[in-house]
Amino acid sequence: MKQTAALKITTPSERELVMTRDFAAPRGMLFDALTKPDLVQRWLLGPPGWTMPVCEIDLRVGGKYRYVWRNADGREMGMGGTFKEIVRPSRLVATETYEDYWTGGETLVTTELVETRDKTSLSTTVRYASREARDAAMKMGATKGLEASYDRLDQLLTA
Amino acid sequence: MKPTGYSLDTTFAALADPTRRAILARLAAGEASVNELAAPFEMSQPAISKHLKVLEHAGLIARSREAQRRPRRLVPKPLAEATEWIERYRRLWEGNFKRLDAVLQELKSKQKRTVDALLEEVKPKPKKRSTR
Repeated sequence: MKQTAALKITTPSERELVMTRDFAAPRGMLFDALTKPDLVQRWLLGPPGWTMPVCEIDLRVGGKYRYVWRNADGREMGMGGTFKEIVRPSRLVATETYEDYWTGGETLVTTELVETRDKTSLSTTVRYASREARDAAMKMGATKGLEASYDRLDQLLTA
Repeated sequence: MKPTGYSLDTTFAALADPTRRAILARLAAGEASVNELAAPFEMSQPAISKHLKVLEHAGLIARSREAQRRPRRLVPKPLAEATEWIERYRRLWEGNFKRLDAVLQELKSKQKRTVDALLEEVKPKPKKRSTR
């Protein structure tokens, strides 16, 4: 079995979060998997138990996209935005807003794909509208998992 | 200790240093004085105090009132919040990206089958010979 590539997460500034990960595929293929609804619906699902019944992507500058996720209890969560920049197959910039809760304004998501030999490195920069917005995103649902995170403290501290 | 105003950045900056992580690990076991904290490290007390200042500024540790010793103790909340956020984010995206790996794998084998089929089509067919 092939080893899963490592996911790197950094916070370069108080408004940004950067996520980097390698994929064993040419970047044109990865770009398709990030932008074609029938492919996106198969992987962009979040926690276990959620599906994505709605996935609309109008892939042009100024075009909109909308995702709706649904869990087993029928609870739905919607998210959408507008494409700001599209450079196939290397770069994608889009706004992102959740429909049902306050996240302190629009988040700007920049996706960059860099191909080297037999793999493509995907880097996603999430830029929050303000530090308050970032803190809101951080605290969203944080309380529930807080206890478990205390257990992980040891792990982090001995790293 | 500053009552509020710690940010994720100060938390992560404070955590970036191995000595400071070791100090936090020690404090996770219970409060300790500056001397006690300095003991395991080959570092001067002022150097340790500097690290403690960074941790204190980040709201990760606090000073107890006990005047003479002024032992430091761990303040777990900001650390837990910061790690919990990143951890949730990581879990979510590790799951997503694993599924994306599978989608890409499938696209690759589909592409390979198409290419193989095309090659098969253009390949010169061997002449049929009677089996006699």
